[in-house]
Amino acid sequence: MGGYHRTAQMKPIHAIVGEAVHAKTTGQTNVRLPFFGCAVSCGFPSPADDYIEKKLDLNEHLIDKPAATFFVRVAGDSMLGAGIHPDDLLIVDRSKEPKNKSIVLAIVNGEFTVKRYISRNNKVILKAENPAHKDIAIVEGMQFEVVGVCTNVIHSLQ
Amino acid sequence: MHQCDPQPAINREHVFALVDGNSFYCSCERVFHPSLIGQPVIVLSNNDGCAISRTDEAKALGIKMGDPLHLIKHIVARHRVRVFSSNYALYGDMSARMMHTLAQFTPHMQVYSIDEAFVSLDGFARDGLTEYARTIRAVVRRDTGIPTCVGIAPTKVLAKVANRVAKRRTGSGGVLNMCDAATQDEILDSLPVEDVWGIGARSAATLGTHGVRTAKQLRDHDLDHTQRLLTIVGRRIAMELRGQSCLPLQMIQEARKQIISSKSFGRPVRELDEMLEAVANYVTRAAEKLRGQHSLCHHVTVFVQTNRFQNVPQYYNSGAATLATGTASTVRIIQAAHQVLRGIFRAGFKYTKAGVMLADIRPASAPQFSLFDDQQAHARDATLARTVDAINTRMGRDTLKVATCGTTQAWGMNAKMRTPCYTTRWQDLLRV
Repeated sequence: MGGYHRTAQMKPIHAIVGEAVHAKTTGQTNVRLPFFGCAVSCGFPSPADDYIEKKLDLNEHLIDKPAATFFVRVAGDSMLGAGIHPDDLLIVDRSKEPKNKSIVLAIVNGEFTVKRYISRNNKVILKAENPAHKDIAIVEGMQFEVVGVCTNVIHSLQ
Repeated sequence: MHQCDPQPAINREHVFALVDGNSFYCSCERVFHPSLIGQPVIVLSNNDGCAISRTDEAKALGIKMGDPLHLIKHIVARHRVRVFSSNYALYGDMSARMMHTLAQFTPHMQVYSIDEAFVSLDGFARDGLTEYARTIRAVVRRDTGIPTCVGIAPTKVLAKVANRVAKRRTGSGGVLNMCDAATQDEILDSLPVEDVWGIGARSAATLGTHGVRTAKQLRDHDLDHTQRLLTIVGRRIAMELRGQSCLPLQMIQEARKQIISSKSFGRPVRELDEMLEAVANYVTRAAEKLRGQHSLCHHVTVFVQTNRFQNVPQYYNSGAATLATGTASTVRIIQAAHQVLRGIFRAGFKYTKAGVMLADIRPASAPQFSLFDDQQAHARDATLARTVDAINTRMGRDTLKVATCGTTQAWGMNAKMRTPCYTTRWQDLLRV
């Protein structure tokens, strides 16, 4: 009778500590939100509790490789057209190889930039998604490195 | 299997790779400051004292490991060396990423320090080892941004040597495979014996009086004589140099038997109140570590000292207290430490350093209570500590702390050039 087990939802605090410490080293949290089901405040088991089947973890949805994933905060507006706004949170996966049209975090001449990666005829262009900003054509002699692929953007609506 | 004495079992099957981050702290800073690439960079020890990590460019300017900042000021100014305070929150996180990435390659690895790990490559085809090491290196570089070097050899001592040579030899591509006898001969012949892992300056001097000056000479020296000079430890090192593995991978870190928390102050401390505050903070750190390894301590030592290198009235003292019942409670240990401190503190001195040491450490799983102990109180302590740790893990270090730790900490360490905690604090994220 799964419904009787309050601990399924209300973990003792020390269990959460262990998980949080784990999260610190792997970037992964196991403190998950139940998909549905309700808190049992007194004696009666909820009929819905038997149907809890999946706990959703946003980390699982947003991050493939925790060790290679970094968060950065967006400072400029050069990527507005791609839905990337100032102060948004970008999730960057260093382990992913950029494909044509990927949005990437790159280093150009010692500075970070977020742009759309266009690869055509062995030439690379870092394209801005805002007419007010220029594209960057990568040419010989420039310091250039793709740091990682931007996999998701988190935009607050508040 | 790994018995070295008296009759060693020769096991030539082992292959160890030592993966070591290049100028690790500096490399961590470079990941978040690409403008530092190609520039001389150093990271300073706690309290901004000495250079503890240097990039190749900084080494080329003659900056040595441990050089005090005030002695190299002229080099820093003339060559625009970029100087950083140590940012251990960042380095710890980057280290965890590096180790996590390495763990994908093998289930058998030993994290040896913040920036190096022994990886077992037992069972891999000999002719593919170098190529495999190059892949490991490339993936760590890509996933974390940290450049590494890899030394490959049949023993850990030889892998250490190989790693060292890989770092220095341009053209090695960051990987050196020392599995064959010819390469071992050549490299050990040119390696001073004091540069062998585990051979300190004193052992090297002892060996020198017997004509043993290179690693090769130590390897080929009579084993029994080596053991007479350097005990069984020296014998094992010599055997490892012969390619006979004596030091197995230690995959599980042993719990520490002592925990020390000690730092120099940012400015001299004269008042007891400030000293009480500092000691409370050191206990807080040490007790966190104690709980982290699920232990209790029965003994706490406190020491205070003035600056030995300055011409001022000198004072050093330490004292200790035994705790009737083992505890990991920050509050209880602070009470004991404060009692000790009040006993050893003398007014009228300019103190520059203090510290605490927790000892007589035993597992928390089997606590022993004394006759007059309130067991329920101890259980409450443990719950409180766990709750505080949980909140601090989630909300950031020192969100909750004991009031005696103070809020201003005017005596705190200097860290004037510390970079933000890019990977562990939301408010510190890199802005691009």
